[in-house]
Amino acid sequence: MDIANFSELFVRAIPQLLTGAVTTIWITALAVSIGVLIGLVVGLARISGKTWLRALARVYVDAIRGTPLLVQIFIIYLGIPNLLNVLLGQQFPINVYVAGVMACGLNSGAYVAEIVRAGIQSIDRGQTEAARSLGMNSWQTMRYVILPQAFKRIIPPLGNEFIAMLKDTSLLSVIGIEELTRKGQLFIAVTFAPFPVYTGVLLMYLAMTLTISRFVSMLERRLAVSDRSN
Amino acid sequence: MIEVTDLTKVFGKLEVLKGISTRVAEKEVVVVIGPSGSGKSTFLRCLNLLEQPTSGRIVINNVTVTEPATDLNKLRAEVGMVFQRFNLFPHMTALENIVLSPMKVRGLSRKEAEERASYLLEKIGLSEKAHVYPESLSGGQQQRVAIARALAMQPRVMLFDEPTSALDPEMVGEVLNVMKDLAREGMTMIVVTHEMGFAREVGDRVLFMDEGRIVEEGTPEQIFQAAQHERTRSFLSKIL
Repeated sequence: MDIANFSELFVRAIPQLLTGAVTTIWITALAVSIGVLIGLVVGLARISGKTWLRALARVYVDAIRGTPLLVQIFIIYLGIPNLLNVLLGQQFPINVYVAGVMACGLNSGAYVAEIVRAGIQSIDRGQTEAARSLGMNSWQTMRYVILPQAFKRIIPPLGNEFIAMLKDTSLLSVIGIEELTRKGQLFIAVTFAPFPVYTGVLLMYLAMTLTISRFVSMLERRLAVSDRSN
Repeated sequence: MIEVTDLTKVFGKLEVLKGISTRVAEKEVVVVIGPSGSGKSTFLRCLNLLEQPTSGRIVINNVTVTEPATDLNKLRAEVGMVFQRFNLFPHMTALENIVLSPMKVRGLSRKEAEERASYLLEKIGLSEKAHVYPESLSGGQQQRVAIARALAMQPRVMLFDEPTSALDPEMVGEVLNVMKDLAREGMTMIVVTHEMGFAREVGDRVLFMDEGRIVEEGTPEQIFQAAQHERTRSFLSKIL
């Protein structure tokens, strides 16, 4: 094998890697969507007036952020079916994609929750007071006054979270999901050429993350046009 | 119309209100004056329960608002409030700021709410600024819009919390003029302010507060010309 082979293998790897990249993208998109839904609910719960709700949200956020995603993936894909098997005496095979998306979504939810909470808390208290003094209830205040303003501040960190999640889905290779990293590994197994293949893998991740960050900057600029806040 | 009995408010260890009792009649304009930290703003904020009173009783329009069962949103819809820092919603135009609450809380259609808003904008002399965002308005204009926003709910009482304190001096007049018009129309108003000219001109009654208490109250003439308490006289001598 020489350097010429490298470039040839690199080119041959690309179609393989592209199919993996597609899987990476849709898993990330699903995971982040779940993460945003969870994050919105948990983020609001984190600043709720109800102590038990705040505590519950806190436990979730701390547990997820304080443990490795890799282990969370194992717990959901292998641990929970194992537990159900022992408890109910029956096999509960879980679809690997369902497990992977769930693990990543649950993980993302905790980070998004903190982003949402910080975004909401960054809005001046006077806004809430003005809305409440006009007779709006707490939900209306959130919906029409606070969230639209918080949204603009949430976009950049949410973009970062999206990028982090995209990279973290590479961990799903360990349970056999054929996303970008796994596709690379499989191709290396038949070509024995880690350098060109992993270089291709890296470049594809880079292309995806750069695209997202460009998109987020664009969105940020467009929102800034309508942002009249001080 | 408003009856306050023995109102107290404690923040941690700080006793900000030490037993406030007063009444405000319908169409009365009450001006609250006093040094900073005397509890004026807290008193006002207790009236629409932006601050939860520690103890005491507040009755507005025959509703005891300090009872836990009172629907605060309904109460607040009847009590307009204007803040020192305007607190306009920055992501909405002047018009949108005004129509939001009538639509969401009162259930008005957009058309009805916009008609009402246009009328109010005309009244405060800002019709041409309807579609402008707060950022592009001067402080005085923002405060006038904030007043219109509160009025759009057709409240029975208006509370003003130092409405001109954050304004450049040349803009104070335009805001006070709007308030004077409102007083002339018979709006019940409680105004916390340092504008003694306004207090004299439109105030029916002046409350002087210090250290969480109402030290003295009376007509503007009584307070400004013949204050009974030394504390009131020394305060007035410093600011007049």
